[in-house]
Amino acid sequence: MKSSALLRADLESALGGRFSAELNWRARPARECVSTGIASLDALTGGLPRGAITEIHGPASSGRTSLMSAMLAAAAAREEICALADAGDTFDPASAQALGVDLSRLLWVRCGGNPEHALKAADMLVQAGGFGLVALDLGDVSPSVARRIPLATWYRLRRAIEDTGTVMLLVEREQTVKSCASLVLEMRRESVVWRGVAGCSRMLRSARFRAASEGTSVPIGLAG
Amino acid sequence: MFAAVDAPHGADLALLVGCASDFSPTIEETSPSTVVISIDGLTHLFGSPREIADAIVRRAADAGLAVNVAVADNPDLAVHGARGFPGVTVMEPGREAGLPVALLDPSDGTAFTLALWGIRTFGEFAALPEDGVAERLGEEGVRLQRLARGAGSRPLAPSNPAPPFAESMELEHPLTLLEPLAFLLGRLLNDLCARLESRGLAAHELKLCLSLEGAAPHERALRLPYPMRAAGTFLKLLSLDLEMHPPGAPVTAVAISAEAVNPRVVQHGLFIPLAPEPQKLELTLARIAKLVGEGNAGSPELMDTHRPRSFRVVRFGGAENRGQGRLSAILPALRLFRPALRAKVEAPDGRPGRVAADGVHGRVLESAGPWRTSGDWWIKDAWARDEWDVALSDGALYLLYRDRYDGEWFLEGAYD
Repeated sequence: MKSSALLRADLESALGGRFSAELNWRARPARECVSTGIASLDALTGGLPRGAITEIHGPASSGRTSLMSAMLAAAAAREEICALADAGDTFDPASAQALGVDLSRLLWVRCGGNPEHALKAADMLVQAGGFGLVALDLGDVSPSVARRIPLATWYRLRRAIEDTGTVMLLVEREQTVKSCASLVLEMRRESVVWRGVAGCSRMLRSARFRAASEGTSVPIGLAG
Repeated sequence: MFAAVDAPHGADLALLVGCASDFSPTIEETSPSTVVISIDGLTHLFGSPREIADAIVRRAADAGLAVNVAVADNPDLAVHGARGFPGVTVMEPGREAGLPVALLDPSDGTAFTLALWGIRTFGEFAALPEDGVAERLGEEGVRLQRLARGAGSRPLAPSNPAPPFAESMELEHPLTLLEPLAFLLGRLLNDLCARLESRGLAAHELKLCLSLEGAAPHERALRLPYPMRAAGTFLKLLSLDLEMHPPGAPVTAVAISAEAVNPRVVQHGLFIPLAPEPQKLELTLARIAKLVGEGNAGSPELMDTHRPRSFRVVRFGGAENRGQGRLSAILPALRLFRPALRAKVEAPDGRPGRVAADGVHGRVLESAGPWRTSGDWWIKDAWARDEWDVALSDGALYLLYRDRYDGEWFLEGAYD
């Protein structure tokens, strides 16, 4: 099997006359990573890569939205401006603020159940530049619809965001972005914490989630 | 250098200002028959100060005015020179000495005292010892003596209001398409922005008025988040706005006006966090509003009420730090169903046992509640509900409530 250097030399000798530059790979600098807002996840992943797509997927009640809120809160703490393209119009400002999100730094685009509008809005937000974090929430879009989104759309988004300092976050039920995502987090719920006596003064206290990336998982605590 | 233009026999002030405005945009209306302008920078156009003054006299003569013009280092000396000497005068040092003290416009008491002292000219008044004048005539005497010495110094106080920043155009043929209309708007906006730039101003609000054929005028106002004067941005914003709110009839005339304010001055820094460029952000917001509808893109703001899930969407303005988010709960975030899903709930003992709604079916594995809330009972839109947190057999956690007014069950959202 030919080494890549030999292969390149062959190609250059064959096609050299047609190209003005050598066929060198474009050196890609190491991506800057920022905190997710959750220490255990930072330790697992090294943080959220800027200029790349991070995908969070999992079933309902697996902690995807809580994790997204934690990331929005961390971005706001860095005094960055964030945007959320909300395909299903499911964002709850009250619970997000309770989880630390600064609502005045958040541009919320309500797409009323139209994933196409959400994709277009996310594209416009990325093209505008200057956002610290752009989240695209397809969490309530059925996987069959999400799978129909052409791969070219994700490639385009990845290319648009590549040279920017924006963190692109994608929330969905199943993994659809494939190789366009630099970081993939799979969420699942571990347990639910109830407090009090059943049938009397019981209340939902909290929930424990787990995030997995490349086969390793860590618990996600919401208790800051 | 300043030039004072005085019409000794009186004149229409507007005519006088009109003549002066041919030489400078900054005009002080000192009195109904006197104006003062700054002539700095005019030497390249007209030559020496005397030649500038000559040009002003000629321009006034063309307008039918007989004026005296004096050029001096400060506005007050120029005014006194124009009122005291006929024709054109360049006020060289000491030239003011022969002017009568009445030109200083002293109060009756001071004028009487000066007359008693035998002081009749600027030169005589200027020669008096300053301490003695201060002791006998007070603050007014000191001020007048400084003027008599030609030493007064003050900035010009332009009294001419900024002209209205408006452009309009009557059309020979009614327009029905937005594209040719955008072409005309672009032309008007270019002129408007050039005038704003010449005054060092920017627009904070744009108003567009389209006269329509056989219909009431179509008026749109574009409130900008910060002052701008970029014709291209204005055109895109107006075009997007007109695409969202098209006029209902052919357009016969176009008028644009701008509310002019001082431009925004921002100190940039190397360590300021990432933020969208304001002009790009404004355009992006307009494009997104066109895509998802007005009111669906903005910054969420919680309402000051106990009614659950009350919020409004306000205009996104970057970061105003309305309310810094603070970690105050460890409950998972809610994903809301908008509107809440009407549910069929089996609750044999008053506690939900099985839930069925659009897309959600399951047996209740765990539940907590009811948490009773109510409010606004004094108005028509009252609410009263019993809330339950339920874990269903489909694996998800939901917020379920029963409306206590009609007994109906609703799924409000899922904890996620």
